Amino acid sequence: MSTLSNSFTKAQTESLDHAGLSQGDVSDFFALLKPRVMFLVVFTALVGMVVSHPDVNPILAFVSLLMIAVGGGASGCLNMWWDADIDALMTRTRKRPIPAGKIQPGEALAFGLTLTAGSVLILGLASNWLAAGLLAFTIFFYVVIYSMWLKRSTPQNIVIGGAAGALPPVVAQAAVTGHVAWDSIVLFAIIFMWTPPHFWALALVKSGDYERAGVPMMPNVAGPDSTRLQILVYTLILAPLAMVPVLMGFGGLAYAIISLIGGLGMLALAVQVYRLRQGEPAMRVAQQLFGFSILYLFLLFATLLAEHGFGFFHPVMG
Amino acid sequence: MTDQNSSYRLTPEEQQRRKRRSIALGLTLGILCILLFAITIAKLGPQVLNRPL
Repeated sequence: MSTLSNSFTKAQTESLDHAGLSQGDVSDFFALLKPRVMFLVVFTALVGMVVSHPDVNPILAFVSLLMIAVGGGASGCLNMWWDADIDALMTRTRKRPIPAGKIQPGEALAFGLTLTAGSVLILGLASNWLAAGLLAFTIFFYVVIYSMWLKRSTPQNIVIGGAAGALPPVVAQAAVTGHVAWDSIVLFAIIFMWTPPHFWALALVKSGDYERAGVPMMPNVAGPDSTRLQILVYTLILAPLAMVPVLMGFGGLAYAIISLIGGLGMLALAVQVYRLRQGEPAMRVAQQLFGFSILYLFLLFATLLAEHGFGFFHPVMG
Repeated sequence: MTDQNSSYRLTPEEQQRRKRRSIALGLTLGILCILLFAITIAKLGPQVLNRPL
């Protein structure tokens, strides 16, 4: 946390100095929750719930899902509080509420901590304390282990930190069943292995941004060629891993088809990223992999949701 | 608030933002009350309201 005051406009600073009042609008506080990430958290958590086929009161399931979403938002808020100095240096993030001077760091910290405490407590009351503990651990892992420690110290930051983003299905299953089973662990593993190719594809395109901010992303530390190779290796693991739900019996025929086609698409793009290393075509294919990876994960989980939530399940195994 | 602060007059835009924040906070607190009530009923069942005093 430093150099924040540099990015505040003079009028905003004077106003805050005189009044001690928040300048933030409701939309700015909402932006602190990283709504797009929160959507992914809700979506993957919902799938984690649905594949568990829980015998649970729908109100309690809804409240649990809501609290997992709020917990995810709290993580994003605390991450923005901690990273405000580097957010101000990157084109992708400089318009976030804190570097833009719309919300004071202290406000974001208080907001994030309040949401953290509230979401964990209410999840514990609505479901069970295993789920609440897992949610607290997820927030802790994202904020302390990833944001405060790994992000600025190792190029493996998003590999290890990706565990936080992969945990929502596990938390959700714990919330509605009281235990953690292999199916949610497989969903965790899929998101975990998806994270490196997804973020490194972005990092290849935005490496100048990360370098300026001093964030040791893989392309800046190991070089773009090594990053391309690692993207390919992770994708080679990811594509077969995404077929495991079929082998375990909770991925049906539709899932098998989507996973197969999507996995082949990911592999084709990862090979292209590995081969094209120079100029505009290299940037374009990395951008395509980044975009396709989002679609791929979305389709995998949406298919599981359709199969288990809407009766489209046709077993492939057994 | 110091004396210096109390002399500061909010601009119309600041007043609008403050009003929107207050409404959002009120709604959040209201939703929180409803959630806690719903959790109580869902966990304990409607019979929790039907007990001898």
